[in-house]
Amino acid sequence: MKYADEFRDKEIALGLAKAIRAEADPQKLYRFMEFCGGHTHAISRYGLEDMLPKNVRMIHGPGCPVCVLPGGRIDMAIRLAERPDVILCVYGDLMRVPGSQGASLLKAKARGADIRMVYSTIDAIRIAEDNPGREVVFFAIGFETTTPPTAVMIRLAEKKQLENFTVFCNHVLTPPAMQNILESPDIRNIGRVEIDGFVGPAHVSTIIGTAPYEFFAEEFGKPVVIAGFEPLDMMQAILMLVRQVNEDRHEVENQYSRAVNRDGNLRAKEEVSDIFELRDQFEWRGLGQVPYSGLKLKRAYAIYDAEVRFDMHELRVDDNPACECGAILRGVKKPVDCKLFGTVCTPETPMGSCMVSSEGACAAYWTYGRFRDHQQRRVS
Amino acid sequence: MKAYQRKLDIRNGCVDLSHGSGGRAMAQLISGLFHEAFGNEWLARGNDQSAFDVGAGRMVMTTDGYVVSPLFFPGGNIGSLAVHGTVNDIAMAGARPLYLSASFIIEEGFRFTDLKMIAESMGEAARTAGVHIVTGDTKVVERGKADGLFISTAGVGVVPHGLDLSAENARVGDRVLISGTLGDHGVAIMSKRQNLAFETEIVSDSAALNDLVAKMVEAGGRGIRLMRDPTRGGLAATLNEIARQSDLGFHLREEAIPVKPGVAAACELLGLDPLHVANEGKLVAIVAPENAAAVLAAMRAHPLGRDAADIGEAVADDHHFVQMATSFGGGRIVDWLSGEQLPRIC
Repeated sequence: MKYADEFRDKEIALGLAKAIRAEADPQKLYRFMEFCGGHTHAISRYGLEDMLPKNVRMIHGPGCPVCVLPGGRIDMAIRLAERPDVILCVYGDLMRVPGSQGASLLKAKARGADIRMVYSTIDAIRIAEDNPGREVVFFAIGFETTTPPTAVMIRLAEKKQLENFTVFCNHVLTPPAMQNILESPDIRNIGRVEIDGFVGPAHVSTIIGTAPYEFFAEEFGKPVVIAGFEPLDMMQAILMLVRQVNEDRHEVENQYSRAVNRDGNLRAKEEVSDIFELRDQFEWRGLGQVPYSGLKLKRAYAIYDAEVRFDMHELRVDDNPACECGAILRGVKKPVDCKLFGTVCTPETPMGSCMVSSEGACAAYWTYGRFRDHQQRRVS
Repeated sequence: MKAYQRKLDIRNGCVDLSHGSGGRAMAQLISGLFHEAFGNEWLARGNDQSAFDVGAGRMVMTTDGYVVSPLFFPGGNIGSLAVHGTVNDIAMAGARPLYLSASFIIEEGFRFTDLKMIAESMGEAARTAGVHIVTGDTKVVERGKADGLFISTAGVGVVPHGLDLSAENARVGDRVLISGTLGDHGVAIMSKRQNLAFETEIVSDSAALNDLVAKMVEAGGRGIRLMRDPTRGGLAATLNEIARQSDLGFHLREEAIPVKPGVAAACELLGLDPLHVANEGKLVAIVAPENAAAVLAAMRAHPLGRDAADIGEAVADDHHFVQMATSFGGGRIVDWLSGEQLPRIC
């Protein structure tokens, strides 16, 4: 497959693995957090851990928007979808995200709610046009990457003068979450967990650029390497991080220069800031309330805001107390440290955020990596 | 005397509730459309069942329902699929399929032209596979109670003497053979889904595998431990099932698994794993190591097995993991698909 196989080349991968082994100081531990679920997935899907030396470890971050969506927002959406006049349009991977007491959009759909899986924001607009007598709500979710398409959709609804179309906005921001992790007591004060560097977001950075990370590199003294989602991108980024640590540097470097520049996509940023504004705080599953980490529609666009039109009230659902997602998302614990992992919490019946999407740390580990826990009897 | 006053108006007509009522309209639909398409001596006798002779030995029986959406897709339709699927389930026992039944649940308003095309595809698929559709049933339901057409087929076949293929038969050291490229059917269906439509040249691999199986049995005999057709859930589901039933694990090599570039690209775009995508004309065979080369050669000599490959081996593993060396150089599990990848694929 053109433009994909080039970034999955085994020979180059082995060369990079060799360079990492040669340059990583065996006396030192290198603990790098990859922020994005896309990176977590690539690590697991291609078995990258097998190619790294034991003292270079990857910690899986909170960068999966489906995973970090709190149960309360799912309950709000279910309540909305149960209204007979509403058609709720969602991305497929939201369907199984647990709300309170085992509720999910999938179950609500089976009970009769009109919930439709869409692949693009345009599909939702089309459904609104085809159903003038119904209220069509788009469940908007995602980091900086998926916010511009939602903005474009609102512009389109405006142009088409659609009166039956609204957005349930759950867009969140990457930098506040990274800051929250670095400022959490686990990491900053007690020093229980060290993070020696970050693999920075790929797609998010195509929008926001590399500049927003300069603050972290400076303030927290941690190297950041922006990397693409292909396995060779990851290997190269890890090598770049090892070099920064060895040379005691903490800079923002851009491995993903084929798609990312310092300033990002100005047009997209402009559209987003025209239509959206910051919420004072937004709840993240596993992290709790994170200040200035979520977006909502500006007052001028309130007619497209489902929370306004349907007078939706914030619902809260407490995470399962035995669930270790919070600690896993901050890199304090590993999936196997959680009592629920693989017992009551599996991809079929996710309890916590990390098991919800294939990009979550627990789901990726369960789906691709759990064989590493077991001694294999290899018979040839 | 004419049996019916007016001919069935296939060009402009459609199914209505009277075609399922047991009256004259139903009899006319059955004789004018289904008998025409399936034409054989058993149906011609017009009984509620069909009688046929059986030889001594073991028989196999299977049944399957078909609810695929859309009904017509690149490389086939619900009719050909309903024959191939059931023929293949019989063939996976190493058996020779003989007779099928077909039951139709039709939504009122379904056009005769479509029904005729589907019935003719069934007839043609049956003739190609060397089986006969010897009994059937027709029901018509109100508009909105079925999505156009659902078909159920059942079938019987005979097992060659001495053969006993079963999912618990795999042994450590056995080879894993597949008959060709993975994921063609699922991607062909997805490319035609209303909310997903994308352009691809991929067509469904829907095909009857009984002739390929006969050649494999000839070459491998009892060295073939078991066969499965990796339909819903793909190769991943099939190997995980076998691992559990045979109480062992598998080691696969990703590099050896054939996937068409168009399928790989579609999966990349949609975030799917080709190993989870459905096939309707492929089989997995677990074969004793000493017979593997002969069976693989027989597969490759057959038009439906041209791209056959040895993709790995059975290993001892209490956890029943299906593991794979990725073409990138690392290792991973090939797990069951969780949740529903795409409903109504067959």
